[in-house]
Amino acid sequence: MKQIVVISGKGGTGKTIITASFAALSNAKVIADCDVDAPDLHLLLKPKVKQTFDFKSGKKAFINEEECINCGECVEVCRFEAIDEIIENDVINRMIIDPISCEGCGVCFHVCPVNAIEMRENLTGKLFISETKYGTLVHAKLNVAEENSGKLVSMVRNYAKHMAEKDKKNLVIIDGPPGISCPIIASITGVDLALIVTEPTLSAMHDLDRVYKVAKHFKVRSIVCINKYDLNLKNTKKIKKYCKENNIDIAGNISFDLIVTEALVNGIPVVEYIDNKVSNEIRDLYNKTINLL
Amino acid sequence: MIISVASGKGGTGKTTVATNLALSLDNVQFIDCDVEEPNAHIFLKPEIEKKLTVNIPIPKVDESKCNYCGKCADICAFNAIAVLGEKVLVFSELCHGCGGCSLLCPENAIAEAGNKIGIVEIGKADNILFVDGKLDIGEPMSPPLIREAKKYINTDKTVIIDVPPGTSCPVIEAVKGSDFCILVTEPTPFGLYDLELAVELIKKLEIPFGVVINQSDIGDEKVEQYCLNLNIPILMEIPFDKDIAFEYSRGIPIVVKKLEKKQNFKNLYHQIKELVK
Repeated sequence: MKQIVVISGKGGTGKTIITASFAALSNAKVIADCDVDAPDLHLLLKPKVKQTFDFKSGKKAFINEEECINCGECVEVCRFEAIDEIIENDVINRMIIDPISCEGCGVCFHVCPVNAIEMRENLTGKLFISETKYGTLVHAKLNVAEENSGKLVSMVRNYAKHMAEKDKKNLVIIDGPPGISCPIIASITGVDLALIVTEPTLSAMHDLDRVYKVAKHFKVRSIVCINKYDLNLKNTKKIKKYCKENNIDIAGNISFDLIVTEALVNGIPVVEYIDNKVSNEIRDLYNKTINLL
Repeated sequence: MIISVASGKGGTGKTTVATNLALSLDNVQFIDCDVEEPNAHIFLKPEIEKKLTVNIPIPKVDESKCNYCGKCADICAFNAIAVLGEKVLVFSELCHGCGGCSLLCPENAIAEAGNKIGIVEIGKADNILFVDGKLDIGEPMSPPLIREAKKYINTDKTVIIDVPPGTSCPVIEAVKGSDFCILVTEPTPFGLYDLELAVELIKKLEIPFGVVINQSDIGDEKVEQYCLNLNIPILMEIPFDKDIAFEYSRGIPIVVKKLEKKQNFKNLYHQIKELVK
């Protein structure tokens, strides 16, 4: 069983649009949406949810006001500025914990002299196993304002792998998140191939370089696709040069075409929406990617 | 006033709105908090005057004092320290720098040492004071670096913060403390879905906000409808323009190419000022 992840560094270069078309083109796969922060793949694949799992991650501190003696020791030790002393008429009246700033380290819980702080388990998201007309989709939703999306990403990857093994599918196609920190690291570690979607813009090129280095750091092989390559041919040339210098295969170029947005608005993967130049380019990209795998 | 520019979905035009707004106003400080993929420097072309290393504190165990009691491993909520027989292992990439182990070690055997996670750059782009953060390759945690970049906020200026995409901890760290948040979106199902998530987040933070619709004439009407239904002010619409897209691709902001567009961004600022009142 092989795993491919679609990443980009910069957001909005076309990861999900390409992943959805890959899902439509492949017939032996499980699909995973690892952008648990702002997942969009379900908008194109229209999943029917079969199973839902709670995602619990870490704990958060709560103060029992009846026990609290307002000594302020917790405020002193908290490095995340999550605890505030509420002062009324020049005296400390009570303590409050901001659940958004609390990282759940529990230092306040350990230092509290009267055991007034409780660490409660934190429900931070949900994971779904769904059926789509293209096969099984494993996806998730991190609650807004939460942290630890790396762990939820790992959970999505584990379930996707499990479903592929169970149903004897030989491919997992993963839609990755933007950026270069914990969610992306969790999305790429141990995959067979990373397809980096870039654009001929200085921003996307800058981010391509950073995300390529992250993949390299974690020993993941990368290939590149240049989306909207005809928007700036000079920059496209520069990307090709960069790839040559770094020994990165270019798996395809996709033209700029507003039909891609039209397909998205209609909620259909481009390759199913229309048969034209751009859908053929995506087909070629898919075939080449599978060959390079 | 601190104005942050955010969006759930990546690539909707946060940096475009943030940099063009900065270039259209006087007395501005720009802070690029998208430390994973900072791009504002491509458009503002600042001269960097200072580069500061950013460390987070990680435990450093003095094995001559340690009796391997395992208390540090017990209390660490992030599994960043483990005691195996007569060995203490620190996993720096898991450490949040809470300081619990060093504070609570009964033998006082744990000090803290700095672990570099990135840099903060400070400079000037003409009259704009410029700050950005750059996370090191392979580092998993961006919020401490965002916190550090925001320490240089100068409230005598109009502060514009470029926020990373998404709706989780780095976004909160970047948006927290703003007087107003601009949410940039595009009129597509992805843009709408991610806008709804971003609105949920900003409401949680209780920060006044409004929406800018980029590439407003491609896609559908649903974003506009959503904003009308929820009484969310649409501050500005930027139609799709292949020329602008081309200029963007080479790092040239709209208002540098088309000076008259400055007025649109000035209007955006005045609307925000009214809404914050």
